[in-house]
Amino acid sequence: MIVLDSVNKTYQVGGTPLHALDNVTLSIETGEYLSVMGPSGSGKSTLLNMIGLLDHPDSGSYLFNGVATETLPEQELARLRGENIGFIFQAFHLINRLTAFENIELPMVLAGEPVKSRRSSVRQVLDMVGLGDRADHKPNQLSGGQLQRVAIARALVMHPKLLLADEPTGNLDSVSGKEVIEVLEQLNREGITLILVTHDRHIGKRANRRIRMVDGKIEKDERQGKGVKAERGERGDHAPV
Amino acid sequence: MRLSDQVRFNTLVFQRYGVRTFLLLLAVGIGVASVILLTSLGEGARRYVDQEFSSLGNRLLVVLPGRKETTGGAPPIYGTVPRDLTLEDANALLRIPGVNAIAPVIAGTTTVARESRSREVITIGTTAGFFVVRKLDVGKGKILPPRADSEALAVCVLGVKLQRELFGAAPSIGQWVRVGDRRMRVIGILEERGESLGLDLRDMIIIPVRTAEQLFNSPGLFRIIIDLNVNTSIVDTEKRIRSIIRQRHEGEDDVTLVSQDAMLAAFGNILTTLTLAIGAISAISLLVAGILIMNISLISVSQRREEIGLLKAIGASSRQVRQLFMGESLLLISLGSITGIAFAFGSIFVASVLWPNFPLAPPVWAVPAAVGIALLAGLLFSIYPANRAAGLDPVLAMRGLQQ
Repeated sequence: MIVLDSVNKTYQVGGTPLHALDNVTLSIETGEYLSVMGPSGSGKSTLLNMIGLLDHPDSGSYLFNGVATETLPEQELARLRGENIGFIFQAFHLINRLTAFENIELPMVLAGEPVKSRRSSVRQVLDMVGLGDRADHKPNQLSGGQLQRVAIARALVMHPKLLLADEPTGNLDSVSGKEVIEVLEQLNREGITLILVTHDRHIGKRANRRIRMVDGKIEKDERQGKGVKAERGERGDHAPV
Repeated sequence: MRLSDQVRFNTLVFQRYGVRTFLLLLAVGIGVASVILLTSLGEGARRYVDQEFSSLGNRLLVVLPGRKETTGGAPPIYGTVPRDLTLEDANALLRIPGVNAIAPVIAGTTTVARESRSREVITIGTTAGFFVVRKLDVGKGKILPPRADSEALAVCVLGVKLQRELFGAAPSIGQWVRVGDRRMRVIGILEERGESLGLDLRDMIIIPVRTAEQLFNSPGLFRIIIDLNVNTSIVDTEKRIRSIIRQRHEGEDDVTLVSQDAMLAAFGNILTTLTLAIGAISAISLLVAGILIMNISLISVSQRREEIGLLKAIGASSRQVRQLFMGESLLLISLGSITGIAFAFGSIFVASVLWPNFPLAPPVWAVPAAVGIALLAGLLFSIYPANRAAGLDPVLAMRGLQQ
C-alpha cells in the first residue's frame, strides 16, 4: 500500500539545515498496525506527514496504492487525501464553532457529498466511537477523551483505508488514552491500516510492527519480537566513507 | 463543496466573529447607501428643475434683448449695444398666431413702504399676461387689469410675505403703499407659494409695466415671456418672432430666443453630469470598504491558520480554500449591499415625507452600479488574502507556525 524509496526531506531551522528524513526507505502493507517511536526531532511527524501526502519529499519516490504521488497536481493529492487517509492529531484540531456532528461531517462536505448520505455516515461513525448522544455538543462541552473520539470519527467518516495518528494520546489522561487506543486497534482489526506516532513506550509496544527513528533515519524496524535491522544494513552499503 | 454548504460554513464564521462581521457590514452598507443617497440628491435636483419648468407649462418661449451667440476667441472689442426690447415690440409679438399670452417683464428692486415700515423687494413690472405664463393667481383681491399693458396705473399686487411685513393683520386690499417715489393702491395678494425658478414669490411686488418703466426710468424690457398654444410649432414661431423684430429694429433681429425645452435640456445635462460626479466620489467609500475587507480578511486568515491546515489535511484543495475565503468576502458584501440599499431607500422615504416638494429618487443605474462596484472591490481585495490562505502549508499551519 505504501512504498517509500530513498525519501529525503530537509528543513531550514534558524539557518542550519535539519535533515528530517534521511534516505528513508519503507514499505507498509494493507492492514498493518505500525508504531513509530523516537526522540523529539527524529523525524517521526515528518514521516507521518509525508505518508499522509501533506508534505512533499525533496527527493525520492512515494507510491501510494500504486500511484506515484510526487507528480500529482495539488488538487489530485487533496482528493486522494480526503478519500483514503484519515488523520488524528495530538491537539484534536476540531473547529470550535461547529458541533461534533458538523466537525465529523466536514470531510464529506468538502468532498461535496449529498446531505442524506452525510447524515447516515456521520451517525454511523458517531455510534462507532460511542458518542451517539453527543452529536450536537460543541467542542468546549466535551472532555479530552471525547474530543479525540470525535476526531477519530471525523477521520473515519470517509471510510479511509489508512489511519494516521500523531500522538493521539499525548493530551489525554491514561484512562481516556487507553480508550482511544482501543478504538483505534478495533478499527485495525476490522482491516484498516494504522500508523501511530507515539512517545509512550507501552502504547508503542502494542503494535505488530515497531519502527524507531533517530536523526531522520529508521534505526530499528521490528515485527512482533523478531527485530529486522533492514535499514541499518542497507545504509551501510551506501554509506559514504 | 456544495454552494449551500459553503454559504452555511461562511455564515457560521460570521456568527463566530459577530462584531467584526457587523463592522464590515456597516462599512459596505455605508458605502452602498452613500452612493445611492448622493446620486439621489443629484437626480432629485434634476427632477426638481424638471418639475419647476413643467409647472410653467411646457410651451414657453423667452425673448431676451441682445443676441447671444457662442463664438470662439475673446469677446468683441466693439461691444454691440443691443437695441432695447420695448413694450411696443411685445405688443407687436402678440399678433403672431398661436400665441396664447405674452408677458413683458421689467425687473428691479425698489423700496416698498407703508407708514413707518419699509422693505426692499424685487419688483416685477408686467401685464396681466404674466399671471398666465407663470401660472400665478391671487389669494385675495384681483390680478393686474388688462389696461396695465398700456397705462401707468398706480396699482400693485403683493407677495404674501411682503403683505404680512407691511400690514401685519390689518386689511391691505384697497390700501395705499409707497413704491419707490410713488403711491400705489394694493389690488391683490398673491396666493401662498414657495420659490419658483429662483424667484421668491412671497416676497415681491408686481406692478403694471408702464408704471415700472417710469419708476426705473427705462423703456427697456428685461425679457418677454411668450406662452404658446399647445399645437403651435416652436420653430415656426421663432422665425416669425425674428422677422417681426427685424422689421422693428432696422433689419437686425438682435434678440435671443430661449425655449423652455432648451433650458430644460441644458439643466438636465448639467445635473446628470453632476450626479455622475457625486456618484463617483461616493464610490470611493466603497473602495475604502474593500481595503477594510482585505485587512480584516488577512487577520482572519492568520487567526484561522490551524483551521485552514486542518481543512487541507481532511481533503480540501488550495482551490477550495481560496473559494471558501473569496466566498466569505462576497457573501459579506452581498449582505452589506442589501443593508445599504435598505438603509438608502428608508432614508429616501423619510426624506420624501419631510420634504415632499423635493423629488428625491435614485437614478436607475445607482443601485446596480453601487452593488457592482462593491462586489468588484470585494473580489479584487479578497484575492490576496484568499491566496494567502490557499498557499498555507498544512503542516506548519496546524502547528500555528508562521511560514
